[in-house]
Amino acid sequence: MESDRVPQDNISTLANHKKAIYATSGTGGSYGIVASSGWEVEEEVTRQALKELERLSHEAYLKVLSGEVSPLYFHMYDQRMDLQVLAQTTGIFKWRLKRHFNPQVFVNLSPKMLERHASALGLSVDELCRLPNVCEESGA
Amino acid sequence: MPKQTFEHAHSAHCESGVMSLLLSHHGLPLSEAMVFGLSNALMFAYIPFVKLGGMPLIAYRRMPKAIIKGLQKNLGLEMKMQTFSDPQKGSQALDALVAQGRIVGAQSSVFWLPYFPPEMRFHFNAHNLIVYGKEGDEYLVSDPVFETPVRCQEKALEKARFVKGVMSPKGLLYYPIKVPETIPYEIVIPKVIKKTAKAMLKTPVPVAGLSGIRALAKNIGKLAKKDRRYAKLFLGHIIRMQEEIGTGGAGFRFIYASFLQEAGTLLESSQLKEASQMMTLVGDQWREFALLIVKAIRSKKSQPIDFAALKNKLESVAAAEAEVYRKLLINFP
Repeated sequence: MESDRVPQDNISTLANHKKAIYATSGTGGSYGIVASSGWEVEEEVTRQALKELERLSHEAYLKVLSGEVSPLYFHMYDQRMDLQVLAQTTGIFKWRLKRHFNPQVFVNLSPKMLERHASALGLSVDELCRLPNVCEESGA
Repeated sequence: MPKQTFEHAHSAHCESGVMSLLLSHHGLPLSEAMVFGLSNALMFAYIPFVKLGGMPLIAYRRMPKAIIKGLQKNLGLEMKMQTFSDPQKGSQALDALVAQGRIVGAQSSVFWLPYFPPEMRFHFNAHNLIVYGKEGDEYLVSDPVFETPVRCQEKALEKARFVKGVMSPKGLLYYPIKVPETIPYEIVIPKVIKKTAKAMLKTPVPVAGLSGIRALAKNIGKLAKKDRRYAKLFLGHIIRMQEEIGTGGAGFRFIYASFLQEAGTLLESSQLKEASQMMTLVGDQWREFALLIVKAIRSKKSQPIDFAALKNKLESVAAAEAEVYRKLLINFP
């Protein structure tokens, strides 16, 4: 790709940052780094991934609200994790985590266990145990 | 001898960027592209049964840390690499090194680094950065994928360095302890190029190299039978791995073309320069493939997605890329 064809689409997902793209210039076609404000193709796929995370987090919010699952379930998705990532981050087996998604089991978790979840999710125990008032757009 | 003051530079990719900066600081000026090429980092992998965030593993390069290891092996460089079980000890060790005036490479999670904008924060644990100083409770950080140096709170960096899970950093710190003064390029370059070309062409299992690309193409052809939403997410995932995750464009193919060009200049080889041009065209084709995919993702429900066209495009990219490696193998048997 030639330097003057490096996309400068000012994409939202780069949030005013620039990324380095390798491109050629001049008759010899010598390579160099061009700072790019992004390519719309990349914006589209990043938006898609972010929207999917938001969708999962929103669905989880409603499930917690209806009392079907514990707040842990929402915070997992809200922190852009899934069962696998939460299991790896906390070091707790998936089947055990699934139990913790049960509201009755969750309220009886020990302070130590709550602390373990909270720390993996980067929250305080207090934040972990409730839903945020409004469903914020991904808490990150 | 290390330089007195550290200079930040903007790079495409974190690990090659960090190694380029670390080595340049220690008296061995190597561009990011040279670091990438000399460490045999170019690859392609598609492993359907390894899932990350619900999506199969797709990578356009070798595993994280392959660049650091590859440089040690191919250049006779020696790195000190330390991991820690206790976060506090890990932070103390970093502080001690920084106080000695060292610049230190560190592995961390992207998600927990506050200087990343939310749009870029995903759970990826193998991000690399350089710590080159500390002021108060803030580290001075040179993150090569950012245009300028950044700052990071002590506690935040500790969290990012000690996150658990896949490819967890375990607080990894690294810095060179023995840097070669010169590199015998006429020996090293043919060796590394041959190795990369062979790995791409001749990996027998259909998950890596060109057979990995072809396996991916085949699976794209089969997406018609899958749920449309999943198919679109899967296609988007391929392009994210190719374009978004610090690849310098076209899934590292442009960086590699840049390496071939620089290697051609060093060895005065017109064949290498030609191979570089071929690789640039291959990169352009990868970008065309990305464009086709985005058109498919944007398509309305009523429009069918032409998966066969995407499959054919990817197969032709694979064929063009194979030509480059064949040419390289002919010139460096």
